[in-house]
Amino acid sequence: MAQHKINYLQEAGLPVALTTVDKLVQWGRSNSLWPLTYGLACCAIEMMATGASRYDFDRFGTIFRASPRQADVIVIAGTLTKKHSPFMRRLYDQMAEPKWVISMGSCANTGGMFNTYATVQGADRIIPVDIYLPGCAPRPETLQYALMLLQKKIRTESASHKLQPKRLV
Amino acid sequence: MMRQYKEKENVQKKPYFSDRFWVAPQVPKFDVQSDAVFAQDLAILKEKFEIQEAYIQRDQMVVYINATDNVDVLTTLRDELAYNFLSEHSAIDWLAKRGEFEIFYQMLSTSKRKRLRIKCFIKEKETLKSVTGVYKSADWAEREMYDMFGVIISGHHYMKRILMPDDWYDHPLRKTYPLHGDEAAQWYEIDKIFGKEYRDIIGPEERDAARIDVDDTYRFSHIHHEVPFGAPVSQEKTATDYQEEGGVFIVKKLKKEDVKFLKERP
Repeated sequence: MAQHKINYLQEAGLPVALTTVDKLVQWGRSNSLWPLTYGLACCAIEMMATGASRYDFDRFGTIFRASPRQADVIVIAGTLTKKHSPFMRRLYDQMAEPKWVISMGSCANTGGMFNTYATVQGADRIIPVDIYLPGCAPRPETLQYALMLLQKKIRTESASHKLQPKRLV
Repeated sequence: MMRQYKEKENVQKKPYFSDRFWVAPQVPKFDVQSDAVFAQDLAILKEKFEIQEAYIQRDQMVVYINATDNVDVLTTLRDELAYNFLSEHSAIDWLAKRGEFEIFYQMLSTSKRKRLRIKCFIKEKETLKSVTGVYKSADWAEREMYDMFGVIISGHHYMKRILMPDDWYDHPLRKTYPLHGDEAAQWYEIDKIFGKEYRDIIGPEERDAARIDVDDTYRFSHIHHEVPFGAPVSQEKTATDYQEEGGVFIVKKLKKEDVKFLKERP
């Protein structure tokens, strides 16, 4: 036996991991979720704090992208007004599949305290939402946890994941 | 302050709430002659224009003019009386009470250190002349006034809604406008994005913030009893751990029972 050869059966084992395509692909996807740089109101400040060095979204492989074409996740961070709603729907439509949505904070979830004529009463009237994140505004830890739960959700999905029709369409 | 007590006998016959809204007591008004600077200003204005009423309230002079004089009055105030700021300009909705809007121009003179308010009334469909030629700050204020109240301005160079979308129906700051919006407002985003035929699919807005339905898993997740979207309510406790049992590919699961707490640093 040549000297450079390692006896895998005796050392740390064979360098082989058995898994399914689904698991491998979704593992990869869940660990490089790129959200859209998109903030609507005060929740966006918390989202920025989550992305900054103290809370550090980068360690989840989560890097904010400035284009919906490169983004996997859209975080609806703030009050969604009726005037703005067509633009948010357009951004969502421009994102490539697979895509996920985190609704961050009370306003995005239900309209929150803005029970008025100008506010969309829940972003899920416009786009399907994966994770609803309560709080006003949620702290960065909460957004991190929402992202971790989204990762968990993604890992349970199959790789040929198509957008499940929910209430819309 | 309480409502005035009225006889409540035979309530069915006669409603005892005659006033719909409580009217606040007025801040005391003083004669303009009590302030020398204002008295002089008013004398100059009275020479040129018809003044309907003038008084001092909270150290600020309030002058009622004819709506048609508004540009000339403001020009005089700026050029002759040194009121160099138009700090605020908007309308008050008196349509229900007297069928007209009250327009006010809040002025400031930095050299005299005085504030003055010009007021006038216009009917609902009447046009008001734009004062953007006199004060630039009236530009957005007039657009907002049109947007929120529907006051029609003539001579503005870019008369367009400033806050609401261009295809919005009605003017939301009028007293007659419902807080939750009229029908066009309530379905605005649905009509615009999906089309009117999607109203039935998506359903009306949930406007009751206190509404709780324990069997509704579309809108609620029961904490520690979360189920997938729309699935029936479950009594089983759900695991709230982040990681799956057995860990994820390459990453081991951290089990709570395996955690060691160190009392002190080794």
